[in-house]
Amino acid sequence: MAHIDAENIGKKSKQEERRLMWLSFRQNKACYLMLAPFMIFFIIFTVIPVVMSLPMGFTDFNMAQAPKFIGLSNYTTLFLADKIFVKSIRVTIVFALFTGPFSYVMCFLLAWLINELHPKLKTIFTLIFYAPSMANVYTVWQLIFSGDMNGYINSFLINLGLINSPIQWLTDGNYVLGVTIVVQLWISLGAGFLALRAGFQNIDRSMYEAGAIEGIKTRWQELIYIVIPSMGPQLMFAAVMQIVSSFTAGTVAQNLVGFPSTDYKAHTIMTHAYDYGWVRYEMGYASAICMVLFVAMYLCNKLISKVLSKYMD
Amino acid sequence: MAQVNTEKLKASNKQAGRKIGGTIAIFLVLLIVGLFMLLPIYLTIIMSIKPVEELFIFPPKLYAMRPTLNNFGDMFDALNSNRVPFSRYVFNSIAVTVSVTVLQCIFASMAAFVLAKCKFPGSKAINSIIVIALLYQSNVIYIMQYIVMAKLGLIDNPLALILPSIASPMGLFLMRQSIGQVPDAMIEAAKVDGAGLFRICWQIVMPNQKPALMTLIIFAFQAAWNIQTGTVVFQEQYKTLPTVVTQAASSGLARAGVAMAAAVFMLLPPIIVFMLAQRQVIETMAHSGIKD
Repeated sequence: MAHIDAENIGKKSKQEERRLMWLSFRQNKACYLMLAPFMIFFIIFTVIPVVMSLPMGFTDFNMAQAPKFIGLSNYTTLFLADKIFVKSIRVTIVFALFTGPFSYVMCFLLAWLINELHPKLKTIFTLIFYAPSMANVYTVWQLIFSGDMNGYINSFLINLGLINSPIQWLTDGNYVLGVTIVVQLWISLGAGFLALRAGFQNIDRSMYEAGAIEGIKTRWQELIYIVIPSMGPQLMFAAVMQIVSSFTAGTVAQNLVGFPSTDYKAHTIMTHAYDYGWVRYEMGYASAICMVLFVAMYLCNKLISKVLSKYMD
Repeated sequence: MAQVNTEKLKASNKQAGRKIGGTIAIFLVLLIVGLFMLLPIYLTIIMSIKPVEELFIFPPKLYAMRPTLNNFGDMFDALNSNRVPFSRYVFNSIAVTVSVTVLQCIFASMAAFVLAKCKFPGSKAINSIIVIALLYQSNVIYIMQYIVMAKLGLIDNPLALILPSIASPMGLFLMRQSIGQVPDAMIEAAKVDGAGLFRICWQIVMPNQKPALMTLIIFAFQAAWNIQTGTVVFQEQYKTLPTVVTQAASSGLARAGVAMAAAVFMLLPPIIVFMLAQRQVIETMAHSGIKD
């Protein structure tokens, strides 16, 4: 069918060409019409606010007066004078390195293992792993890591005789980052995990059957030769979600170890932006901080999509 | 020879190399990790049914000795003490959640189909703008969004709870990734048969997109269910459940207990939707085979 079309196009007259252009325009019109409902809301409530916020990093803006243009001075202050910002970069990198790749691999492995089970068990296990990201239960974590003897972890360790006096998990500078990472990992089987689960369900049965005939013998071979190559789009989605959640984490720390945390040990870039934006009302400075974070995330995303697309081909 | 063939056929009916021992091992691994994941939620549920005096005994128990529903009672008492009847908040939340979920899924699916399967001027740019929108997280956006909403006269208008959540870049991205996997041949065949894009989208592509669509429903429902009235709507009669439940949780005698009860109460609807949607996702496997 396609062959005949291609041959015909070669012989098209001018008039015919014009007709084709009109056709493609009409086809595109249908595209634009179907895109429109989403785009209208997307432009009004996302694109316009984003575009309006882009130049804010170059201004001095306290929300009471109009923004004042101050050039690059926010950025020079950030990198040259703001010691806590430099500290927060380190915290963010440690945090992202521990939570990002680890939870990405966890998302994939767990989604795959669940896929090997009986359908009834699939639903239950998917719920068990996804539930933490639905629940908003910082209170229970505060009780688990509570610094007095009533904390679950402290009482458990005291009962075992491992420690004599309760550990101040939420205020001791040595532990706050670790505790935050644990809780973040616990809630991190979220959007990426579910998308991967859906991706597994979407793989065509006949692929497995063809694989079995062509000599694939174990689950591992099946995973490497059939499953992963056909999961590219879901892996990319999960990667983007993982980048966002591990780079922009801040709420977990704020809810758990307080704000600011002891010695700024769990002070991420996002927390720093929150500090300047919503505590000190220096919105210009805060958006400069967010811009630095965005550039880092963008580069990370580019890198990962390069690696993934190379692997998928 | 014939035996080998039947064996091959048997293998082809199922998947390669499934040993029962391996499956049991997988089950055990998942069970252990799962129990760890479940612990905090289990504790939340337990604490929501613990009476006040049990909350602070040492050592803390992993079960309730005398379970009670008092915390839930306290929460509902706090909710009912408002001027506006409790049912009104329930209605508000359902209205917001249903309209956001339905519109988000319809709009995102159509846009995703077009972006994944049609090449037209601007499609590439929009694709990268979607990813940028996902990655750009700035706390200044909320101010700008507020300004836009004020300009549109949406402040203190219940529509302010619905309209900003309708276009979700994450939902679009999810659907686009999944629709991209649909073989082009299928769409070309439908075009040859004379189907328009709209019909191709809803009658040919979307019926095959159950896993992604159900996943999107879970995300959309969960996000919409948790929409707080916060800074955009002030009238008591327009407040949503999460707003008033949070208020109730921070008042009351046994705060921890009531907070846990509130968390459990708010978690129930998303879990029900999750179960229903996941069942659909998992059933898809049995019916697929339309591809290629």
